[in-house]
Amino acid sequence: MPLIQMQELNKKYNSGKVSVEALKDINVDVEENEFIAIVGPSGSGKSTLMNIMGCLDAPSSGDYILDGAKVSDLKPNRLADIRNRKIGFVFQNFNLLPYASAYENVELPLIFGGIGPKRRKSRVMELLDRVGLADRAEHKPTELSGGEMQRVAIARALANNPAIILADEPTGNLDSVAGGSIMEIFHELHRDGATLIVITHDRQIANNIPRVIKLKDGLVVDSL
Amino acid sequence: MKIFLFFSQFYRDLKGQKLRTALTTFGILWGTASIVLLLGFSNGMKSSQKKAQHGMGEAIVIIWGGTMSMPYEGNPKGRRIHLHAEDVELLKSQIPEIKYASPENTNWSTTVSYRNEVYVGQVTGSNAEFGVMRNLIPQRGGRYISPKDLEEKRRVAFIGFELKEELFGEEDAVGKTILINQVPFTVIGVMIDKDQNSSYSGRDKTKTFIPYSTFRSMFSRRYLNNIVVKPVVASESEYMRTRINQVLARKYKYNPEDDEALWEWDTTQNDEFFDQLFLGMNVFLGIVGFFTLIVGGIGVSNIMNAVVEERTKEIGIKMALGARASFILTQLLAETLLITFIGGVLGIIFSGVIMKAFPVFELEEYVGTPAISTDIAIFAALLLGIIGFISGFFPARRASKLNPVEALRL
Ligand SMILES: Nc1ncnc2c1ncn2[C@@H]1O[C@H](COP(=O)(O)OP(=O)(O)O)[C@@H](O)[C@H]1O
Ligand SMILES: [Mg+2]
Repeated sequence: MPLIQMQELNKKYNSGKVSVEALKDINVDVEENEFIAIVGPSGSGKSTLMNIMGCLDAPSSGDYILDGAKVSDLKPNRLADIRNRKIGFVFQNFNLLPYASAYENVELPLIFGGIGPKRRKSRVMELLDRVGLADRAEHKPTELSGGEMQRVAIARALANNPAIILADEPTGNLDSVAGGSIMEIFHELHRDGATLIVITHDRQIANNIPRVIKLKDGLVVDSL
Repeated sequence: MKIFLFFSQFYRDLKGQKLRTALTTFGILWGTASIVLLLGFSNGMKSSQKKAQHGMGEAIVIIWGGTMSMPYEGNPKGRRIHLHAEDVELLKSQIPEIKYASPENTNWSTTVSYRNEVYVGQVTGSNAEFGVMRNLIPQRGGRYISPKDLEEKRRVAFIGFELKEELFGEEDAVGKTILINQVPFTVIGVMIDKDQNSSYSGRDKTKTFIPYSTFRSMFSRRYLNNIVVKPVVASESEYMRTRINQVLARKYKYNPEDDEALWEWDTTQNDEFFDQLFLGMNVFLGIVGFFTLIVGGIGVSNIMNAVVEERTKEIGIKMALGARASFILTQLLAETLLITFIGGVLGIIFSGVIMKAFPVFELEEYVGTPAISTDIAIFAALLLGIIGFISGFFPARRASKLNPVEALRL
């Protein structure tokens, strides 16, 4: 059974008089250990799709089935737990808590997941080590470069061993070198068995990813 | 919920918001301090006023002869009623509700001298019970007039502390001989310093008190100026007064219903008046303080609202990472409660410091020593708790209901 199933998924935004159809009849399955790039022009619905996959938002119609559970049927607390355990987010603008250290940022999902302090400590250090930032644990985000901030965010996304990693333009705010090292980490994770979905504008990045989903005006298309 | 995890998270968030936390805490501090200080000063003033009030005596009734306002058994309206020394014994024998009673006569412009020092003032004749009733407490080494002094018509005198200063200065007075209108008297006691803010015949501090029997033979007087009585139970003073009227009405042949045949000053009614006055004042100050705190609470609520706005992004991030709504709600609420608590404690400490420092201003004579009572403390604490909860709850609930996508978009 696929890890993710989307059936006739629609998303409509109603802001006042205008209503925008951000997603139209999306049918996509994602298998375990797939590495997918989502590409498409700005406003084509990429982020909307990712938010639904990450249980941050609900579709207007259609079914979203994650790991066998129909997400639209779930209560807010269950959704929070799913975000905590099964999903790891990486954002374009990092979304780190500015006043918390790298260590504390990585610790957050473990706290929300109810992990005890001892296990938390070793897990956080293991994660920071994995993204090569063990020596920066006490640094605040402002004391880190963009690439380093994004690595902290990746460590945070991995905290609870999620079933899927969702990254919305993770290299969008980075120079090509920093962006390259981020993609390297993603490929490594993929080799280690992770399932990843990455939104990108960068043709070169997309070319290195096994499966590419193209979006245009809310529709999945064969070519852009 | 893992309480420890929760607090570590919570502490970190507070640390990150120093200025806001400081401002909010200050608002609550201010509200608490004003309520505690207002009520504390009011209480201090009340007890000092009451003490001074009692300088004249506690729960006593002073009775003067008056004028009949209605004819009775052949006696015409307008007839004067005079009190006599024998009335004191009559009343005591007939009315068990009386605890103490004393005749009182005053002679004004009496020359009292010691060596070259001369003072012209009042001399009061009374019995031994007068001293207890009127709070004429002797300094160490002295005493008030005794029954024996009365019996033997001794020429002994108890003097006010200011008169003692006038005549003796630093010198000891007890045992010395003073002259009252050239007649030698032995000083048996000096009154301790006391606050007295009410009187019916001048302040006690400059008076000379002598046995009533001695007074009578020195200054020929047919009538008493007044009688002072104290009921066994303060709250029964009204009944005691009715009984006194009945007994004296029979003796002096006036209508016991006649309000003007005797004049009475019942100081237990003063106490009641005082209690009510200060109750009124406390209610007023309480309301002022209450609203001060409410304003503080609105401030906290506003700040918490601003916090939710300012921290919407942060809340969105936490939601994306899997924080439950209840976690967000509890955290924000606990934050408000902690701020309110710290502000409240600091406010109470601040008030305590001000009250401690208060004697420096040397104002006690006028407003007394301020005091925090447990009532006030409990009231303030309760109010603070409620304000903290209310001002924290609504913004926190709003935050916990945020849509994570909307929150993250900012
Ligand atoms: N909250 C919203 N309210 C109204 N319209 C929205 C909202 N979010 C996204 N949209 C619209 O939906 C479409 C898809 O947006 P988005 O998924 O962010 O595109 P992309 O990430 O591909 O740039 C756009 O037209 C955008 O304006
Ligand atoms: Mg987007």
